[in-house]
Amino acid sequence: MNGVAADQETLLRVADLKVHFQQKKPHPLAAAPVVHAVDGVSFEVRRGTTFGLVGESGSGKTTTALAVIRLVHITAGQVKLGEIDIGALEGSELRRQRRHMQIIFQDPYSSLNPRVRAGAIVREPLEQLGMGDRAGRDERVAELFRHVGLRPEQQALFPHQFSGGQRQRIGVARALATNPELIVCDEPVSALDVAIQAQILNLLRGLQEEFGLTYLFISHDLGVVQYMCDEIAVMYLGQIVEQADRISLFTEALHPYTWALLSAVPSADPEVRDKRDRIRLVGDPPSPIDPPPGCRFASRCPFAQAQCTSETPALRQIRDGHTVACHLVSDDGVTPMRRSAG
Amino acid sequence: MTTEPTPVLEVRALETCFFTDAGTVGAVDGLTFSIRKGDTLALVGESGCGKSVTALSILRLVPDPPGRIAGGEIVFEGRDLLRLSSREMRRIRGNAISMVFQDPMTSLNPVFTIGDQISEAIQTHESVPRRTAWRRSVELLELVRMPDPHRRVHDYPHRLSGGMRQRVMMAMAVACGPKILIADEPTTALDVTIQAQVLTLLDRLKREFGMTVLLITHDLGVVAEWANRVVVMYAGRKVEDAPVDEMLTNPKHPYTRGLIACVPHLQAVPSAERPPLTEVPGVVPSIVELGRGGCPFAPRCAQAMARCREQMPPPTAVVEGHQAACWLLEEATEA
Repeated sequence: MNGVAADQETLLRVADLKVHFQQKKPHPLAAAPVVHAVDGVSFEVRRGTTFGLVGESGSGKTTTALAVIRLVHITAGQVKLGEIDIGALEGSELRRQRRHMQIIFQDPYSSLNPRVRAGAIVREPLEQLGMGDRAGRDERVAELFRHVGLRPEQQALFPHQFSGGQRQRIGVARALATNPELIVCDEPVSALDVAIQAQILNLLRGLQEEFGLTYLFISHDLGVVQYMCDEIAVMYLGQIVEQADRISLFTEALHPYTWALLSAVPSADPEVRDKRDRIRLVGDPPSPIDPPPGCRFASRCPFAQAQCTSETPALRQIRDGHTVACHLVSDDGVTPMRRSAG
Repeated sequence: MTTEPTPVLEVRALETCFFTDAGTVGAVDGLTFSIRKGDTLALVGESGCGKSVTALSILRLVPDPPGRIAGGEIVFEGRDLLRLSSREMRRIRGNAISMVFQDPMTSLNPVFTIGDQISEAIQTHESVPRRTAWRRSVELLELVRMPDPHRRVHDYPHRLSGGMRQRVMMAMAVACGPKILIADEPTTALDVTIQAQVLTLLDRLKREFGMTVLLITHDLGVVAEWANRVVVMYAGRKVEDAPVDEMLTNPKHPYTRGLIACVPHLQAVPSAERPPLTEVPGVVPSIVELGRGGCPFAPRCAQAMARCREQMPPPTAVVEGHQAACWLLEEATEA
């Protein structure tokens, strides 16, 4: 980690965030099942950096991000964006603060209204939040189109007249419109063709540099995460199991789940293939309705011991900025993987 | 390599067209390739390059209308599949050549149990009593490592996870011991950990049944680990054809190079510097727009020359078993 980055102020603080969803009762006398989508997540994001959330589907990464920008209800915990207590905002005050936090959605085909012209889509947040006058908005929208690599005259077109990559550019322009501090990028390239992904990733990085944006970046593609993120949290069944900066996470992964994820990525690079020890996970993650006691990963962990199924491991700091929640990792960072190998 | 094993499937000058309001679209345009027995051949390219239409053409499942196979030959075991009657073709489909589709969520019928659906695949091709077919279904579920197969055989698809559904699809596909299995993006809808399970299974089934696999994918990591030959397609045409290692280390076509360079590959030790990714500018042309003559990739190619816009480059041999269709290769050999 370089010194400048370490000095940057913290923009986003999430403390013990919980998001639970009540399901329908299976019959009138039964208790409603509760889905523990996010169950005690804490992290901090420094201004101008990209924080990655990775994990399988159902791990709670998207719900975490949606809770941070208050698109789902927060059950418990605290979310602070700078000095603003996001979790405590209500009504018009919440609405006013939304200009500071925006989102880029996964699917540029379904996240743009097909009946609305591109220019109006980008202008919408400005109007909703009452920013600028008519002329100012015109100018701002044209400027945004240029920032994301579209031509201002394309404002008059409808979404279907754009390609997938261009549609995602419209999505980026819409997110940028209100000059937000935090942008949630929820799988921004996974619906795009491989050759188009690079265009959008380069765009996002360029905009970050230009405007000092902070990204909360969600992706299941670890290659993309490694390229984009400065700090990464690995989630499993609603909890963070490991968190580190990008170099440490990929070179010295501590948690067996992180290892399994990394070893599952098919790689075109022979060096990656030779270096890794394959851990093949069997089965699917357990249901978040009744998370198992102890470590939630224990049922799929090849190293699990009796302690793992009874005691919940806490997140511990092993090295500077590198935390892990696993009983089997020793305080000096010896992992169960290394123990079994040597 | 002196003794070339005979190909199990040869596609020659295949042309599949779609007749739309906007005009006739050549989705597959003079495609030629062959698969040797026991190989896993990957068909690679962006969406809209004609990969899936190629797979559907091999099984003659192209919806007609609007589509039609307009020309070429598909030779399987000495017979041209395009000349078979639909009755003969039905005997091949799901039996000698079967297919696993991309989306396991929508390819299973929600109102039948998975046991019913696997049994149906068996009974379509073999006259066995229902009870035998059902017993074989349980065995097939065991074979694809479905947890608790005796209970799961009675389940409806909605009770299964994505990975389990893809296992059911594979059980159905191998039910009749096919010679060729076509897998169309079999893991695109799945998480990486589940993807690894499904691909390991595919590889094991391939060895156990002595199958040949045609794998359609856009993920070069998957190609590198699971295939041994690659055909890169662009706008309905083959642009490069090579063994996997050769393609990854010595790609010749600018499109192949672009595909390899534009994805951030997972590095064992992430580099501290992160230079911008190489972009392939523009998008796959809609094939209606595509003018005849000239290389279809020329409008997106950084190295395009005047000749590229006028004449279609022929496949040129790079080394034994490695072909690419690009005028740059010709220039290199002439120089």
